Amino acid sequence: MATPDILNRTKGEIAPPIVRLKLADEILDVCRAMSLWPMTFGLACCAIEMMATGMARFDLARFGAEVFRPSPRQSDVMIVAGTVTKKMAPAIIRLYEQMPAPKWVIAFGNCAISGGPFKFKGQYGIVEGVDHIIPVDVYVPGCPPRPEGLLEGLFQLQKKITGRRWWPMPPQGKSA
Amino acid sequence: MSIPIIPVELIRIIVALGAVGAFVGLNGLVLVYVERKVAGHCQRRPGPFEVGPHGLLTPLADALKLVGKQLFMPTGADPWLFWLAPIVSFLPVLLLFLPIPFSPVLTGMEVHLGILFILAFSGINVLALCLAGWGSNNKWALLGAGRAVAQSVAYEIPLLLSLLAVIFMVGSLNLSEIVRSQGSWPWQWHICTQPLAFLIYFTCAVAEVNRNPFDLPEAESELTAGFHTEYSGMAFGLFFLAEYMNMIIVCSIATVVFLGGWQGPFFSGALWFFAKMYALLFIIIWFRWTYPRVRFNQLLNINWKWLLPLGLANLLVTAFLMKIF
Repeated sequence: MATPDILNRTKGEIAPPIVRLKLADEILDVCRAMSLWPMTFGLACCAIEMMATGMARFDLARFGAEVFRPSPRQSDVMIVAGTVTKKMAPAIIRLYEQMPAPKWVIAFGNCAISGGPFKFKGQYGIVEGVDHIIPVDVYVPGCPPRPEGLLEGLFQLQKKITGRRWWPMPPQGKSA
Repeated sequence: MSIPIIPVELIRIIVALGAVGAFVGLNGLVLVYVERKVAGHCQRRPGPFEVGPHGLLTPLADALKLVGKQLFMPTGADPWLFWLAPIVSFLPVLLLFLPIPFSPVLTGMEVHLGILFILAFSGINVLALCLAGWGSNNKWALLGAGRAVAQSVAYEIPLLLSLLAVIFMVGSLNLSEIVRSQGSWPWQWHICTQPLAFLIYFTCAVAEVNRNPFDLPEAESELTAGFHTEYSGMAFGLFFLAEYMNMIIVCSIATVVFLGGWQGPFFSGALWFFAKMYALLFIIIWFRWTYPRVRFNQLLNINWKWLLPLGLANLLVTAFLMKIF
């Protein structure tokens, strides 16, 4: 190949930083977790639930994550909301690669997790899970998941970034 | 050996620039918060709420996150123009705050041609948007930059005409002089003698800072994000900050020229200035969550067919009346 393969140059290892400032890193991580700007795009019906999450009843904005950026260069988290067709897959990979680090992916809904109802023997048009093409941080199951599901997915992502859960758990034994 | 004497004016300017820097940083955070809160309440939701008390720390988290984000330049972009654009967009802002009289004492620098100074340097922002669009090697950025230039060049003319009408009446380009020519009660302000000029100015100001309903340079439904499509991290943050600061500048000029500046009923001082300025800022943010975006031909029609002739007529009538009385 003429161009060097930059993705495999480090053989999957990430080099440790030259200077490690623990406190600064932790503060920065908290800031990152508290301002996760998602990218404006939806693939299928799950996107409707994602929009509902941003609206008045559920209000993603409360946790600082309502700034849906139109450009991948300015977004932090990619919410893959819906069925990933093989025709759409190259576009998703390109959008993911256009996002600057640090970046995260939420697979939202059964189609994005595993192909959902479209997974059957002999199907030819669907990517069976978006984790076949890009790394996924949080899976939110459901068909479609409720907006509370996306909020919980966001909290789990915040937990993954900072190492602690920030918001109280919903009361157990009751439907939310 | 003689001690070199540092001119007082130089110290004053350095102190003023430092104060302006702090003001810019603080107001960037405040405006991001206000914007998101107003957005929330316009849509019957609380807006940022959980990060800090009532979400007060959300803009701080945003700012730090933007600092810690990877900076990125696309292949084929012009490295000089690409990295120069955000800086060129942001730097004049610091300069623009210098001549604004927040109160009789709180003036960075008494410039006799203050209003001319501000209008001249605010033109640099257009150049920055143009550089950003051109240097990004991205078709949406280029289209956004083209729109920004067409829009800013068009709307600058009625903006100047509306300000010129007031300058005719006062006979000075000094911002403090313009404030002193008005009284402390609202009917003594220039908004009452020049209501049409105020309307023209405010419309043009909203267009000039690329805010809704005139935010075509960054129309996300057509142009991804316009001229800053390819900017990530703090480079984008600088554009963002410059946009907010330009909003503050145009609102400050409106306050000084039309709303009596630091003067107000019962007492006068910086408090009145900031109250008026933030009220205007609130109105601009309110516009954003109320009006749909205009089309580009409508945008230019509003300017060339309405604002420009009206501004000219207003100027003529003002000049005529000034000659008679």
